[in-house]
Amino acid sequence: MSGFTPNEMMTIAASRALKNDDVCFVGIGAPSAACNVARLTHAPDITLIYESGTIGTAPDVLPLSIGDGELCDTAVTTVSVPEMFRYWLQGGRISIGFLGAAQLDKFGNINTTVIGDYAHPKTRLPGGGGAPEIATSSKEIYITMAQSKRGMVEKIDFFTSFGHGDGGDHRQHLGIDTSGPTLLITDLAIWKPDPVTKEFTVVSLHPGVTRQQVQETCGWVVKFADALEETPSPTTLELTTLRDLQARTKAAHEGSGKQKAA
Amino acid sequence: MVKFLPLNDAVAENLHDGDAVAFEGFTHLIPTAAAHEAIRQGFRDLTLIRMTPDLIYDQMIGMGMAKKIIFSYVGNPGVGLLRRARDAIENSFPRAIEIEEHSHAGMANAYEAGAAGLPCAVFRGYRGAGLVAVNPNIKSVTCPFTGEVLAAVPSIRPDVTFIHAQKADKKGNVLVEGIVGIQKEAVLAAKRAVVTVEELVDNFDDLHPNLTVLPRWTIAAISVVPGGSHPSYTHGYYARDNAAYLEWDEIAADREKFQAWMQANVIERTADDFAARVEHLRSAA
Repeated sequence: MSGFTPNEMMTIAASRALKNDDVCFVGIGAPSAACNVARLTHAPDITLIYESGTIGTAPDVLPLSIGDGELCDTAVTTVSVPEMFRYWLQGGRISIGFLGAAQLDKFGNINTTVIGDYAHPKTRLPGGGGAPEIATSSKEIYITMAQSKRGMVEKIDFFTSFGHGDGGDHRQHLGIDTSGPTLLITDLAIWKPDPVTKEFTVVSLHPGVTRQQVQETCGWVVKFADALEETPSPTTLELTTLRDLQARTKAAHEGSGKQKAA
Repeated sequence: MVKFLPLNDAVAENLHDGDAVAFEGFTHLIPTAAAHEAIRQGFRDLTLIRMTPDLIYDQMIGMGMAKKIIFSYVGNPGVGLLRRARDAIENSFPRAIEIEEHSHAGMANAYEAGAAGLPCAVFRGYRGAGLVAVNPNIKSVTCPFTGEVLAAVPSIRPDVTFIHAQKADKKGNVLVEGIVGIQKEAVLAAKRAVVTVEELVDNFDDLHPNLTVLPRWTIAAISVVPGGSHPSYTHGYYARDNAAYLEWDEIAADREKFQAWMQANVIERTADDFAARVEHLRSAA
């Protein structure tokens, strides 16, 4: 299949990382698209959970918020928010937490809280929502984001969600027994943490992407694996599934405003 | 005992300047009509509690009603930032506000502890999180049995909680279904609770026995306000007005545009205007 955008490649590469038997806590935005492409292609029985309490949901269009009605309509069950965070997340039932990031460092620490100083921020971002506990209670964390020097930085301004901290065994030192970030999928590459240092390392370049492009859009000095692979191009099925999903979503989100009563 | 009241009376009787108030509803069933009534009545120095401040707290903050906000996600869900809240935090406009920020898990546990009559909530959270350093209300306790260090936050006990629900029966029992969120906990944690509903029905006799029903003696006042959660939604009645959430981003970006919108759509309106706002969203529900 030729003719796809870097963002499409990112979403499809992320979808491939999910398995049919995963129980996935889904962040809104890019993670939500990837999780639903997985469900509509190779992982039809994947359990998708949104923090509004919907367990095993199968939306026809991507939700704008984590609590859109269709998530509840199509879910196996819907539980209260405290039950979601206590029994299902804290209880250890989630295999993959799938997060996006405004700011990310090379150890998979995420900032979605502030740019600048917390008390006097340059930009006040939405904050953590469910992410601080998703990041530490899910068995593994996948992260997906488009690369930019502003987003992928040497030092994040605020630790909204803990990844590997300063690297190495920092998680274990804090008594965190889950694996943390094990995969980063960007619009240019697939990254995995070094087994010892935990620094994200590029293991696969998307088709046509150069090492230089990856470095130019990343704020830290990028490490590349010795055996660098090329990410397989999207298949016709993957690309059609994603585009159909996005077209349905666009129509649904714009539609509600069109025939507004006076 | 519960009273059926017009919304303006229900708000006037139960909300006061300086109160700690929760208007809850997790994306679904946000009590917008009640929030707009509070804005019209012009309360001041409120401590606004809500997991996801959403449009209603952006509006109340923008109107200068908030002294403090307690929250866990100050964004416009799926759209981006809450621009009036940002203006208050970044520029102290229209007034400086105090913020107490938590994670969703922290807020959910704190409401549940409030409903359970406990002074604090204990859970496994905030590990490695920067909020611990900036929020003095996030502390830790050591489990006396295992030695595990756990997070502790004070329980949430609002003076008054407002929620929106599908229906009430004639006795004043209230039914909530769909994404039930945090509303049951927020009502039971509060000293007083006010509920707006889509409709009043004779009784709940034919309903499933395990549905979420808040008995009438847990509620101070009920007001019937069809469409009362717009642009949020009411499961089974009307869909979320996602376009309105997208439009809000532009309205709230500009101080004057915001004031003009509030004047035309809140100050000069009443609770009766909500029904027409959801007409075009009913078939999609």
